[in-house]
Amino acid sequence: MDRSFKDVLGSGKFVLTSEIGPPKGTNLDKMVHHIELLKDKVDGLNLTDHQSSVMRYPSIGAALLVKEHGGEPILQMTCRDRNRLALQADLLFAHSRGIHNVLCLTGDAVVVGDHKSAKGVFDLDSSQLLACIRTMEKGKDLGGNDLDGAVSFCAGAIVTPEANPIEPQLMKFEKKIRAGAEFIQTQAIYDLDSFKRFMEYARPFGVKILAGIILLTSWRMAEFMNKNVPGVFVPQNLIDEMKAAPKGTVIRKGIEIAARMIRQIKDESICDGVHIMAIGREELVPEIIDEAGLGNGRQIPSNTPEQRQ
Amino acid sequence: MIRSITKQKAFEQILDLLDGFDRIFVMGCGTCATLCRTGGAVEVAEMGAKLLENGKVVTGHMVVPVACDELSHEAIEEHKDPLDASEAILVLSCAFGVQTLARQTRLAVIPGLDTLFVGKETGLGRFDEICSQCGSCIIGETGGICPVTACHKGLLNGPCGGTNNGKCEIDSDKDCAWTLIYMRLKEQGKLDLMRKHQEPRNHNVEPRPGKTRIPLD
Repeated sequence: MDRSFKDVLGSGKFVLTSEIGPPKGTNLDKMVHHIELLKDKVDGLNLTDHQSSVMRYPSIGAALLVKEHGGEPILQMTCRDRNRLALQADLLFAHSRGIHNVLCLTGDAVVVGDHKSAKGVFDLDSSQLLACIRTMEKGKDLGGNDLDGAVSFCAGAIVTPEANPIEPQLMKFEKKIRAGAEFIQTQAIYDLDSFKRFMEYARPFGVKILAGIILLTSWRMAEFMNKNVPGVFVPQNLIDEMKAAPKGTVIRKGIEIAARMIRQIKDESICDGVHIMAIGREELVPEIIDEAGLGNGRQIPSNTPEQRQ
Repeated sequence: MIRSITKQKAFEQILDLLDGFDRIFVMGCGTCATLCRTGGAVEVAEMGAKLLENGKVVTGHMVVPVACDELSHEAIEEHKDPLDASEAILVLSCAFGVQTLARQTRLAVIPGLDTLFVGKETGLGRFDEICSQCGSCIIGETGGICPVTACHKGLLNGPCGGTNNGKCEIDSDKDCAWTLIYMRLKEQGKLDLMRKHQEPRNHNVEPRPGKTRIPLD
């Protein structure tokens, strides 16, 4: 039987989520294919919200689609494109249509995307959006008015464990937890020793932490991220490993690295789960999951001794 | 000192704006636009020469001491004759100056500059935007640095995930405001201020257009 993402978070099971980027246009075939491929293999599917400030099919529409296909959507909401009226309205809509999980993000800057002259809104920030959800759960809106029907969400946020300097990020991480975050997805991590140090700090807060795993598809991608993506650091040994992969097996190597990391995170109970991002290569996620030995997906584990461990 | 920071429009755009006007008077400003090297004596002379090259008649030119000052009408009166012979004034000042002059003449007034921000001169030829006149000053809690202005996203509760070694995700030449705030508060032993949850801003302290009246005796 399928369980809600919130139930899974509370169950002690190693949590497995992934994400889907909605299409640019109304052709939903590929997204539906990815939803079908992943919905039973993960505990929740993130739907990105104009990721990298590139205009796309809305995350809320994609979340409904996941719902319709029997999956468990995690609605990403950024503060970049909507003011507090529009954000609250979308939260009302999401709740009314059975979307129960929201990931609150500030959002990338408009100028990194494909509508560079658009106005960035940022009326709220991620902490304020989390607090807004908790206010709306008490039956009030941000104007202090009564809601005729409140909302209820499992709300999460993100953290960048490799940011430099790290302390301001950690202070914000704590703020997000105080504002109501129940789970935290991290920016992509590759250096597990460094991530373990972050977890030593983060564990006492009691919030569920899902380590961000981005599939490496080439060594050039790794070097590009090191140079251009704030807070992402791929160690040289992984870049060398990708470089050494014979032609035609590079993607396999990326899958192997991702699966190896996930296995280590699970085996050593480094954190509560992983969030797999295979930007544009969603069809490879099942392979990563299988290779990591996490093929059970959303099913409640049967009480075999080996699974009880 | 606060300065109105400008940059010159592309000359093709200026020509488009001057379409239909043949006799042009060019005005600069002796204050901010001179400092920004967008509308001082040199730039006014260069603009006049370029207009001539492009078939315009330049009826005269001048640099008003302070274009946004109400007294600039005196400068207009001094140049009554050439202005009477003009169809338009091309103004190389910020939009405060352009609008002040536009109220004082019946001629068409065309801006030759774009006004970028009201900024502070932080060094020779260096100008930074540090206040955006939002109406609810937060800098008492942010180490005297305004995140509404100095953070690209105007965030109130700390840095976003795009902060990169103390720089902003949109431009490695721009500092991350929240890294600066963090360092300042840390130095002052006041990091608890950064831990405080800031409520959403009031964007309508003074609904645009701002207008105040001081009660006078």
